Amino acid sequence: MSAPVSTVDKPAGADAAGGPVRQVAAVLHRRAGVRLGLLLSAPMAWLVVAYLGSLAVLLFSSLWTVNSFTGEVIRQPSLANFRIIFTEPVYRTVAVRSVGVALAVTVIDMLIALPMAFSMAKVAAPRFRAWLVIAILTPLWASYLVKAYSWRVMLANGGPVDWLLGGPGHGPGYGLSATVLVLSYLWLPYMILPIYAGLERLPNSLLEASADLGARAGRTFRSVVLPMIVPSVIAGSIFTFSLSLGDYITVQIVGGKTQLIGNLVYANIGAANNLPFAAALATIPVVIMIGYLVAVRRTGALDQL
Amino acid sequence: MRPLRALAAAAAVGVLALTACGGGGTNTPAPGGGLKPPKIDKLASLGAGEGEVNVISWAGYVENGTNDKNFDWVTGFQQQTGCKVNNKIANTSDEMVTLMKSGDYDAVSASGDASLRLIYGGDVAPVNTDLVPNYKDIFDGLKLKPWNSVDGVAYGIPHGRGANLLMWRTDVVTPAPTSWGVVFDANSPYKGKVTAYDSPIYIADAALYLMKHKPELNIKNPYALDATQFQAAVDLLKTQNANIGEYWSDYTKSAQSFKSGNTVVGTTWQYIANLVQADKGAVQAILPEEGSTGWSDTWMISSKAKHPNCAYMWMNNIVSPDANAGVAVWFGEAPSNKLACPKAAELSGDANFCGTYHASDEAYFDKVWYWNTPITQCLDGRTNVTCKDYAAWTQAWITIKG
Repeated sequence: MSAPVSTVDKPAGADAAGGPVRQVAAVLHRRAGVRLGLLLSAPMAWLVVAYLGSLAVLLFSSLWTVNSFTGEVIRQPSLANFRIIFTEPVYRTVAVRSVGVALAVTVIDMLIALPMAFSMAKVAAPRFRAWLVIAILTPLWASYLVKAYSWRVMLANGGPVDWLLGGPGHGPGYGLSATVLVLSYLWLPYMILPIYAGLERLPNSLLEASADLGARAGRTFRSVVLPMIVPSVIAGSIFTFSLSLGDYITVQIVGGKTQLIGNLVYANIGAANNLPFAAALATIPVVIMIGYLVAVRRTGALDQL
Repeated sequence: MRPLRALAAAAAVGVLALTACGGGGTNTPAPGGGLKPPKIDKLASLGAGEGEVNVISWAGYVENGTNDKNFDWVTGFQQQTGCKVNNKIANTSDEMVTLMKSGDYDAVSASGDASLRLIYGGDVAPVNTDLVPNYKDIFDGLKLKPWNSVDGVAYGIPHGRGANLLMWRTDVVTPAPTSWGVVFDANSPYKGKVTAYDSPIYIADAALYLMKHKPELNIKNPYALDATQFQAAVDLLKTQNANIGEYWSDYTKSAQSFKSGNTVVGTTWQYIANLVQADKGAVQAILPEEGSTGWSDTWMISSKAKHPNCAYMWMNNIVSPDANAGVAVWFGEAPSNKLACPKAAELSGDANFCGTYHASDEAYFDKVWYWNTPITQCLDGRTNVTCKDYAAWTQAWITIKG
């Protein structure tokens, strides 16, 4: 490899030894590592500065405190914020509740998305598939707030949901269950699309082979389909879980008096003007998500993505 | 007159201690270590308008006729001065303080639980009242009060005052309540349909209730609570939490909840009551027998105002007899300008509007405890205990909501 390079390089180097562009090109040609480094530097810089950098700022500022009267930030590191979070039971309750909501939303979406995606990818006629995907994507074009407020109207006392369930007061009203319901609705497309993509890659011949070998639909699903789409389901669950964990708007609109982590962060930024404490609270979902991703990695699901 | 004077005196003592300007009888350390408001110069003379002004206001304070064409004190102002008004509605005092800290706004309609925080935070500048011609017509009872001035220096223009009311659905809640007890009763028949204002300052409403019904706690001022009194108020609110359907801070959502019946009883503003009644909701709102918390609002100018001249013109406009009457009728509060009464009577159809809203009725406002910022220095003048400050109130509020 090196021999032909030098034969090509030599005459050019002799001709234009001072040509800086040429020299740089030559150096880059010889050193693959530098080349790769330069190529990746822009996206890496973005990742490090904008992404990890903001996380670092978050962690740092969570160690500061605020003058309770004037609201000025005191830039002296202390663990006071974390002490409050760990000693006050309310923060544990809210964190557990938020994780519960995120898990419930993920499971509900999974249960709805699996049959829907399967019928889209395998049952529906191929010419309808594109339309079905569009139908799933359309709600994503409507504003989040519009959807949440329409649910508020639907869930109101004597509203359509009450009426469906047998009259005023029979529906769930505003509260935790309404929050889970609306979040499940909002994030459903994020679960359906990856599963649909995974199922599309699944060859029909496998299903036929399973049927030829005498397996019924349930057995085929358990032994053939499910193992192959686990990575897609997990990809979907990362979306629904993280989106639900960070949400604070839906719960404000239909959650009644329910508080989630997002509300506490929002209350500390918007109402109490205690940015350091909000930062300390915001590290809770970060830690939970890291734990979730590590757990997912352990299952090996990420390797196949 | 007694409670109000006591409050004023107590707050004055607090402020004196706060500014550590000595002389007074108090020698306890002030919160934040003897703060004085940062020295900020007031505007010396009025120049030409800058073409726009950014204001933060309570809902209903800045109306340009889109909600009701009879209520418009923005369009005329814009034509006269060339200052375009960009309004941002805030739902809580805390939101106002946070927004003012951003430095993007020129003026704010601050209540008493925001004004002192803004003054000591250096976020607002003293006001040169000579540049606000309408200032002379404002009720003397509102001028240079502890929540809008420091050491006799005015930090804002009084705008109007009112009380937080008890509202209920007349078709559901019978008999008609006369006391806040209906929202604090542990065995309320309206479980799951009670509402409360979603802000730490609501703790004062519970304290006010305890002040009347648990005299042994010896609460003299709902904004000055020592550890025992504070705990009693927090416990009462935790009991109440079991009956709460939702807490409100967004007035439109509160109005919708009362209209649909998700909420049937709870605290409200006259403005929300008007909205629901205009929408044919069967509601009524009163000042209960215990009295209530309330507000006395002040237009303040940002120390970082980019449009100070327009902001001064706006402050003069908002307390002009016509605009002040408009706000008073629209929001349902007492005007601050004594010349506003005839116009308010005309707009509201109530010939005795200023009487109905007790514009100069100090006896009525004796029953109203204006929102104030709780500080460690007890506002009721006690020096042998420390009181819970607003940070503690904020933390407790999160715990109450659970």
